[in-house]
Amino acid sequence: MIVPLAHFLILSLIIFCIGLYGALTRRNAVGILMSVELMLNAANINLVAFSRFVSPQSGTGQIFAVFVMALAAASVAVGLAIVICIYRNHRTIAADKIDLMKW
Amino acid sequence: MTELFNTALTPWEWTQLISFYGIAALMIVAALMVVTLRNIFHSALGLAAVALGAAAIYLMLDAEFLAFVQILVYVGAVVTLIAFMVMLTQRASHGKLVRQSNDQKTISFIVVLSLFALLIWKIPTTVWNTTVSTGNLADAKTLGTAFLKEYIMPFEVISIVLLVALIGAIVLARREPK
Repeated sequence: MIVPLAHFLILSLIIFCIGLYGALTRRNAVGILMSVELMLNAANINLVAFSRFVSPQSGTGQIFAVFVMALAAASVAVGLAIVICIYRNHRTIAADKIDLMKW
Repeated sequence: MTELFNTALTPWEWTQLISFYGIAALMIVAALMVVTLRNIFHSALGLAAVALGAAAIYLMLDAEFLAFVQILVYVGAVVTLIAFMVMLTQRASHGKLVRQSNDQKTISFIVVLSLFALLIWKIPTTVWNTTVSTGNLADAKTLGTAFLKEYIMPFEVISIVLLVALIGAIVLARREPK
């Protein structure tokens, strides 16, 4: 691999930062979920890059990436079920309008 | 970076370099689309582009199995689910007048920028413990063996988590019986 490890890490860092910004600023609950998916993807790129460059034979990083993918799928399923439940009861999915459990 | 271009590169290495930076640029543009666009459905399409780009990056890193799982799970399942949800909740997020970002834009930007500055300063200066690959790389067979030997316990736990999440999603999204 001619591309150095640091460049994969920097790509992952940029995507993580964009995802974090989206998760902090989006009003739409579905938009927040998409930003979280971006951050999980960035973490996965990190894991696979380290797996390739540090221990290419064992593939441990790839195994953890599979676990992260399974958890991402579970979180998006539950998150979207919650969003549809809130939409049915409140007719809105803006995260700053849903303050039922705030003091 | 400088020693990279001193040596003569073969055409295959040039292909790798150009495709990596091309895919990286596409992924960054698509990620920016996800967080900035007003139309939430276009954001979902941007997420699909990021997932496909990540699959290409996995292929470059010799993780073929993971690349195809990524396409199946993200583009096939997650983005489809999100697209359905956007259409089901369209009345709440529709229209040009609906504001799509909250009042924390400035402070969030400062927080994200400081995190970015810290890591972009530390990543190139850290010495990573890399090894030159010799012999067989990890393939689908290696992963399958590892899942059923060393990682059997986490594998079973993640299966239970997925099952519970599926049942929970069905229970939450179900219409209340009258």
